[in-house]
Amino acid sequence: MAGNSTDIESLVNRRYQHGFVTDIESDSLPPGLDEGVIEALSAIKGEPDFMLQWRLKAYRHWLTMREPSWAHVHYPPIDYQGISYFSAPKSDTDKPKSLDEVDPKLLETYDKLGIPLHERARLAGVAVDAVFDSVSVATTFKAKLKEAGVIFCPFSEAVRDHAPLVQKYLGSVVPYRDNFFATLNSAVFSDGSFVYIPKGVRCPMELSTYFRINAANTGQFERTLIIADEGSHVSYLEGCTAPMRDENQLHAAVVELIALQDAQIKYSTVQNWYPGDENGKGGIYNFVTKRGDCRGANSKISWTQVETGSAITWKYPSCVLRGENSVGEFYSVAVANNMQQADTGTKMIHIGRNTRSTIVSKGISAGRAQNAYRGLVRIMPQAANARNHTQCDSLLLGKNCGAHTFPYMEVRNPTARVEHEATTSKISEDQLFYCRQRGISEEDAVNMIVNGFCKEVFRELPMEFAVEAQNLLNVSLEGAVG
Amino acid sequence: MTAMLEIRDLHTTIGDTTILDGLSLTVGSGEVHAIMGPNGSGKSTLAQVIAGHESHVVTAGTVTFFGRNLLELSPEERAREGIFLGFQYPVEIPGVNNAYLLKAAVNARRRHMAQPEIDAFEFLKLAREKMALLDMDPGFLNRGVNEGFSGGEKKRNEILQMAMLEPRLAILDETDSGLDIDALKAVAKGVNAMCSPDRAIVLVTHYQRLLNYIEPDHVHVLQKGRIVRSGDKTLALELEQRGYEWIREVVNG
Repeated sequence: MAGNSTDIESLVNRRYQHGFVTDIESDSLPPGLDEGVIEALSAIKGEPDFMLQWRLKAYRHWLTMREPSWAHVHYPPIDYQGISYFSAPKSDTDKPKSLDEVDPKLLETYDKLGIPLHERARLAGVAVDAVFDSVSVATTFKAKLKEAGVIFCPFSEAVRDHAPLVQKYLGSVVPYRDNFFATLNSAVFSDGSFVYIPKGVRCPMELSTYFRINAANTGQFERTLIIADEGSHVSYLEGCTAPMRDENQLHAAVVELIALQDAQIKYSTVQNWYPGDENGKGGIYNFVTKRGDCRGANSKISWTQVETGSAITWKYPSCVLRGENSVGEFYSVAVANNMQQADTGTKMIHIGRNTRSTIVSKGISAGRAQNAYRGLVRIMPQAANARNHTQCDSLLLGKNCGAHTFPYMEVRNPTARVEHEATTSKISEDQLFYCRQRGISEEDAVNMIVNGFCKEVFRELPMEFAVEAQNLLNVSLEGAVG
Repeated sequence: MTAMLEIRDLHTTIGDTTILDGLSLTVGSGEVHAIMGPNGSGKSTLAQVIAGHESHVVTAGTVTFFGRNLLELSPEERAREGIFLGFQYPVEIPGVNNAYLLKAAVNARRRHMAQPEIDAFEFLKLAREKMALLDMDPGFLNRGVNEGFSGGEKKRNEILQMAMLEPRLAILDETDSGLDIDALKAVAKGVNAMCSPDRAIVLVTHYQRLLNYIEPDHVHVLQKGRIVRSGDKTLALELEQRGYEWIREVVNG
């Protein structure tokens, strides 16, 4: 932790030396999208020409595409010309000055989640100079990473300072033509994270957007690129369990992971965006493309996600198992309550020999929510001895919700072994009565049973995150029974 | 003095069917009662109604616990007041740690009695002591609640929970069914160790066998939703010899 108060002061002051934030503060683009908007966006960010050209290529391709409609979700048409593709971060003067000015309901949730006091202010968007602690922590982390040679910075900074790396890897996992939302993201992405772990380096700490300076206002089109060079290890934590303040309804993020030979990437997400009210009003539409490429032999990519927020979640973190003996994992808990809709799952594409993948998906539906698992396991002809194990469990709370499972399997090599197990269960009256007869309230009993159901996934989360995730689940399902 | 449990003229239905039909029963502190009766006579219903199972509707009668109207309390409130039901078919709760549930239960009761909560070390120590008494493997604590337990293991687990919760009134619903003789003895030992002047135990059982190991002060025979005969332990033996048909004849004249 940071030392005395003069340290803190100097660190805080140093933050203001970062030109990036102040550079863009004066600009904002009117709603609408055309090539002019993209050129302006790129210019505001001071991007090199390759970046602008890539954005334009993506935009031109996007114009030829149609919004997908195969997912098990329903929403009114999105007006892409009604969105402002660049808005300056709110200046500190517009932000709440202290926690007293923040919505008490939000604070109540922080309290239930056990978020430390000094973090609450930052999460609620209180002006940052009031929050010394988290800034100093973040800056200390940065120094330590630099020592290990790890690059961890905002995407827009990487585009300028690490252009050759960005140019080499950007779009190499999720090409700009990939799908409607990813293509849109490629044209207009606002910011995000960039991570590079050098050869043989074991990243000395969990990397977290939580601690990334500038994490606020990455906007609705976030872009993340993580490269683990040969023999390196990294664990990356996205999001946080606290509900995020966000005025944008549409989110279309792209995450690309690249694991070279013997490298390992563990990517954990806790997503808790505003799900809308009980009647489905408001709420975030979350259309995300996340894909990892196990490019080198013996590499490993592991996705763990806990999805409780958003009105609509459309998300399939996937692994392309190219390298021999590479391993892909997907552990997911997706909760849908009230009117939420979730269509989520994974794709495991086996290309290399002896590649292995594991899928554990836990879907929980409550209220009138619809929860779908959609997964693809594809074994290519050259993927001799490929192995997959899929376990897909759904838990229903109440009578008006739905769980759907859409598993796809394409096996083109006779030596492959693919296993799929699926269950659907309800929290039974008997289970509830049993717990209540032992003095445990109905609400606590539901939480206990749900957490038990998710245990295999929570086990994969970093320790302190796992505890928060449990609390989060409890908050998300409040009032789901009874 | 007020009795611990006082049931007067209790009538209940489930759906359109009447189950308990004018049942009265008084249980005092320190007593061991056995409720016997043929299948379908309402034994398990009685146990569930006392515990507050919501599928049963009480249409008439009263149930008081130390003078307090039990029927207005939720199942969890009754449990915290010290009413324990040992289930005939303990349900499996996959993924929920046995120790976790048990500790949450113990602490729910302690909070209710304004006692300090038990910490993890204290809890483990206490649980190990009680498990030794029941010949249970300590590994039990780390398994999912009843998950993959054999019939005997489930029943021992119920007795372990009872021992940890130290209820004032323990109702054991067919705890003896499906047990081999060793398990039966272990369960009986656990129950006998619980007998005390400020606790009452109600054994719901179909057979006399359990009563060879746990001696009741009172035996009641249930038929068609009411108690048709009460007596001491000799009644159980007589039943065993003559069968429930005998009671039916006696009652119907």
